[in-house]
Amino acid sequence: MLLKNATVRRKIVITLAYAAVVALLACAPMFLSDFRLNLLGKFLAYGVVALGLDLIWGYTGILSLGHGIFFGIGAYCMAMYLKLEATGAGRLPDFMQWSGVTSLPWFWEPFRFFGVALLLSVLLPMLLALLLGFFTFRNRIRGVYFTILTQALVLIVVTLMIGQQAYTGGTNGITGFRHVLGFSLASPSVKNGLYYISAAALVGSFLLCRRLVRGPFGKVLQAVRDGQNRLRFLGYDPAKYQMFVFTVSAGLAGLAGVLFVLQVGIISPSMMDIVPSIEMVLWVAIGGRGSLIGAAAGALLINASKSGLSETYPDFWTFLLGGLFIVVVVFLPKGLFGLLARLGARMKGGLGDAMAGGRGRAVVGEDHR
Amino acid sequence: MPWPAEEVVLSLEKITVEFDGFRAVNGMDLSLRKNEVHFLIGPNGAGKTTMLDVMCGKARPASGRILFRDRIDLSKKKEHQIAQLGIGRKFQAPSIFSELTVEENLALSLQKKKGVFSVLFARRKEEDARAIERMLSTIGLGEVSGRRAGGLSHGQKQWLEIGMLLIQEPAVVLLDEPVAGMTDAETEKTGELLRRISVDRCVLVVEHDMEFVRQFAGKVTIMHEGKLLMEGTMDEVQADARVAEVYLGKRRDADVVGAPA
Ligand SMILES: Nc1ncnc2c1ncn2[C@@H]1O[C@H](COP(=O)(O)OP(=O)(O)OP(=O)(O)O)[C@@H](O)[C@H]1O
Ligand SMILES: [Mg+2]
Repeated sequence: MLLKNATVRRKIVITLAYAAVVALLACAPMFLSDFRLNLLGKFLAYGVVALGLDLIWGYTGILSLGHGIFFGIGAYCMAMYLKLEATGAGRLPDFMQWSGVTSLPWFWEPFRFFGVALLLSVLLPMLLALLLGFFTFRNRIRGVYFTILTQALVLIVVTLMIGQQAYTGGTNGITGFRHVLGFSLASPSVKNGLYYISAAALVGSFLLCRRLVRGPFGKVLQAVRDGQNRLRFLGYDPAKYQMFVFTVSAGLAGLAGVLFVLQVGIISPSMMDIVPSIEMVLWVAIGGRGSLIGAAAGALLINASKSGLSETYPDFWTFLLGGLFIVVVVFLPKGLFGLLARLGARMKGGLGDAMAGGRGRAVVGEDHR
Repeated sequence: MPWPAEEVVLSLEKITVEFDGFRAVNGMDLSLRKNEVHFLIGPNGAGKTTMLDVMCGKARPASGRILFRDRIDLSKKKEHQIAQLGIGRKFQAPSIFSELTVEENLALSLQKKKGVFSVLFARRKEEDARAIERMLSTIGLGEVSGRRAGGLSHGQKQWLEIGMLLIQEPAVVLLDEPVAGMTDAETEKTGELLRRISVDRCVLVVEHDMEFVRQFAGKVTIMHEGKLLMEGTMDEVQADARVAEVYLGKRRDADVVGAPA
């Protein structure tokens, strides 16, 4: 009886918390300036990346330090559409003219269409992830070795992007957008709309990830994380599960890239390089690995404090982020959200446990004899 | 030999396994029959675990044949495919998913179709819940079904792992030292369990505890230095001079010195 009451109470509290978050997101345009709202929209896009990263890292034990690439490819696909839209029919994007290109390269052609660009910005990252997963997970490359490969992928793609200046805009990236589907990107109502789309994308991604980490599927993911060798002898093929979640995760990063470029108005290699890739993982680590809410909140919180602090103390921010990371790794393996859940559990006796979700634990190796 | 002519489910012929040129198993033959509790014994390093590894796909033989049900060649199959054919393996160290609850561990094993999309759209069925319930009582973990598996006692973990095998209703059950680290009472219970589960399937047990072997063995196979030394009933085995020399003698020495294996 007592137990049941507690469960019901917990459900009510959690539902209320979700409702409050959604209401807050919905009302934000009313009390934020255009500038702040635009920033928040960008952070929401980062939240989508964080969800995908938590799905593979917190729940499945795959650490990717290469998600900047998936994010970047998504952003570039949309940027190519926006650039062509801004350039107008029959003319070449400015950076191509400067490089002496005389006709639009064939692989730019499909990006004349918004639908194609949107589709590719999610599908291309997924395809790339599937390929990488195919050659690694099936060959049982995992742990640190896999992580190193994701970094190598970043190096390869970024070098390629910078080197092919005539086709990619090089280090400057792609910018100078005007319209999306005929709507002016400068108009406040379009900006509002993009903010709402980002909020909806975050909620949608959250629901998708939650669907994956709950129920029997989520249990298999945790089993992949905690003992994939054992799982094999129960008749599961862990590689297929790893490939699947890694691909989903890359798709989410690509989607985030779309939202980012629409709101920020530029994408360049420095935004998808090694450092941003690592930062993305920090959001999840600090926010709370193994908890979807924690990961998304981590992305929002850290980026909000970053823009707040770096406006006033630009150097200080990097130190703070580094310091925070060390503190979290050493003292809070489940991140700030894990700490919150633990405090909650201490006060309410059990509330936090349910909210903390899966126990984040990185398994480097296992042995079965 | 006076063995009843039960059907051979798994047969290994002239199996050789090499690790960097070292022959851990050397031309070993072994047949597992239905309805039999078969013990595989031998001194440390004899190659017993390696034999189990070969059967479940963990180790690949350099030569030899592994036939399941007389026609399926297991040497070309992947581990998860072998498991799905109905060959279940329990490892020497208890290996369960410690972050999942006892019940979740069983549910994970019970799941019939184990592909990504089958699991993604799987529905929990009433009969599954009943199968889990039944297994929980078989392995005596009904009381702790909601507990995190990592928090179980050593014996309970061993049972949970055995339960995870059995709930898949495998044709072949391979157990590597299942009673190691168990109390006498737990050992007794495990032995009874082995007897019960051997109905309609074959059970192969690797074990050092000779008392346990004597009590529960049907057939006993002795390995020594990667080779078959002899095969027979426990009585025949104990009467054999070679066995006493390589195995029982050694064991006795070890016991005197007080170095448990
Ligand atoms: N992966 C491996 N690499 C190298 N040598 C191995 C490997 N696995 C086993 N061996 C060697 O093969 C031999 C047989 O090992 P195995 O584990 O099969 O013996 P066992 O009969 O199970 O012994 P125990 O009773 O101690 O468990 C041993 O000498 C062991 O050192
Ligand atoms: Mg062994």
